[in-house]
Amino acid sequence: MTAMADPATRPTVDQVWDWLADVPDPEIPVVSVSDLGIVREVRWDGDTLVVAVTPTYSGCPATAVIDMTIESHLREQGIGRLRLERRLSPPWTTDWITPAARDKLRAYGIAPPVDGTAAAGAAAGRAARLSGQGLSVACPRCGSADTERVSQFGSTPCKASYRCRDCLEPFDYFKCH
Amino acid sequence: MPSLPDMTTPDVMALARDAAASQPHDPHLQDVDLKPAFFDWLCRMGDNTAILGHRISEWCGHGPVLEEDIALANTALDLIGHTQMWLGLAAEVEDAGRTADDLAFLRDAMKYRNVQLVELPNRDMAHTLMREFLFDAWHVEMLTALLQSGSPRVAEIAAKALKEVGYHVERSSDLVVRLGDGTDESHARMQDALDRLWPYAGELFLGDGVDAAVAKAGIAPAPGDLRAAWERTVDAVLDEATLRKPEGRFDVHRGGKQGRHTEHLGFILAEMQFLQRAYPGASW
Repeated sequence: MTAMADPATRPTVDQVWDWLADVPDPEIPVVSVSDLGIVREVRWDGDTLVVAVTPTYSGCPATAVIDMTIESHLREQGIGRLRLERRLSPPWTTDWITPAARDKLRAYGIAPPVDGTAAAGAAAGRAARLSGQGLSVACPRCGSADTERVSQFGSTPCKASYRCRDCLEPFDYFKCH
Repeated sequence: MPSLPDMTTPDVMALARDAAASQPHDPHLQDVDLKPAFFDWLCRMGDNTAILGHRISEWCGHGPVLEEDIALANTALDLIGHTQMWLGLAAEVEDAGRTADDLAFLRDAMKYRNVQLVELPNRDMAHTLMREFLFDAWHVEMLTALLQSGSPRVAEIAAKALKEVGYHVERSSDLVVRLGDGTDESHARMQDALDRLWPYAGELFLGDGVDAAVAKAGIAPAPGDLRAAWERTVDAVLDEATLRKPEGRFDVHRGGKQGRHTEHLGFILAEMQFLQRAYPGASW
C-alpha cells in the first residue's frame, strides 16, 4: 500500500465520503452511516486514513459492528492503513440525519424523528407528563396523525414504540436525540 | 468475516495512545496531585452506572409486559455505555495500564465506589422503578452540572449521557406517578418501596475529601449542591403520585462511595465477574 503514501495517487477525502455513503447501518440497512451523520470527519494523517465516528447511543451494541463494517468496506477499496477514532463531542443528534434519509426511514416503516423534541432532562420529563405527551408522530404506513405512544423505548436504543389508531399497525419511531 | 477494528493494531497500548491523542486536551489528566481523587471520583460515576445497569438488566426476559422489559433492557444498555466512558477515562487518569474492562471485572467489592442505593436487590417492580426514579432525578442534576465541568473530557461524557438520561427520568417519573396514583395495590407497593429506599437516597449528596478535591479543581459540583434541585423534582413527582415522603433521615445508609457496601454487592460481582475470574484474559 505504498501508493497511499503519495498524496497524488491516494484516494481523495471526497472519494472516501462517496464510499462511506454505501456503508449501511447494521440495524437499519436502508440508511448509510453517512446518512445518519455518525461519520464526523475523514482525513489523511500521513499515509494513514483517519475516520472519526461518533456513537448514536453510548451503549448501542451496533457501534462495534458499524466500525467493523466501515473498516471492511474501506479495505475492500484498497485502503491499507486505517484508523477509526471515537469522537464524543459534540454528541450525536438526530438533527444530523439527512432529509433524504428521513424519507428512506419512512418508506422502510420507521417514523423519522420530529426535531427539537428530545428529552433534555428533568424539566422535559415533567413537561411531557403534565402536557400528556403532545408529540404528534405520523404513521409511516397510512400517514394518519392519530397515533399513540406505547413505550418511550423500542427494538433498538434509538427507537420508541408507537401504534396507529387508524390502520392499527404498530410501528417504530426514531426518537429525537 | 472481517476483523474487528481493534484487531488491526494488536498493540492495545498503542491503540490507547492513538485514542488519547485524538481526544480534546485536558490538563487535569496530567495533574499528579489530583490523580487519586480524580480517579476515585470517576470510579464513583462509572460504578454507579455499572451496578445499576447490571441490576436492572436482571429484568431482561422477566419484565411484567414486553414494553417494560424492553425499556429496562434499553436503560441498562445506556448505563453500561456510560460505564464504558467513565471507567475508560478513569483508566486513562490512573495511567497504570488498566482498561475499563479491568476496572469493571477485576476489582473486588471494597474497591467499588457506587452508592449503596444502586446495589439493593430489585425485589419487585415498585422497588425497581422507585430506585430508578430516585437515582435518575439525581443523575440528571449531576450530568447537567457536569456540562460546565472544567474538564473537557468529563463535560463531553456528561453531554453524551445526559441525552439518554433525559429519557430515563421521563419514564421513571411517569411510572412513579401512574403506579403511585394507581390501584390500592400499586399505591401500597410504591409507598413501601419509597419507605425502604429513602434512607439510602441521601448518600448521593454526602461529600468527602474526594468530592472536595474534584470540586476545588473545577471538575464537579460538591454533592450537596445538587440536593435542592433533586428535592424539587422528587417532591413534585411524589406529590402527584399521592405518595408520602418519609419523615426519617434519608442519609442513614452510607459508605458505598468509600467502598463499604451491603452484602448484596458481592453477589452482583460474583455473577458479573465470574467469566474473567475463571478464564483470565478471555475475549471474544
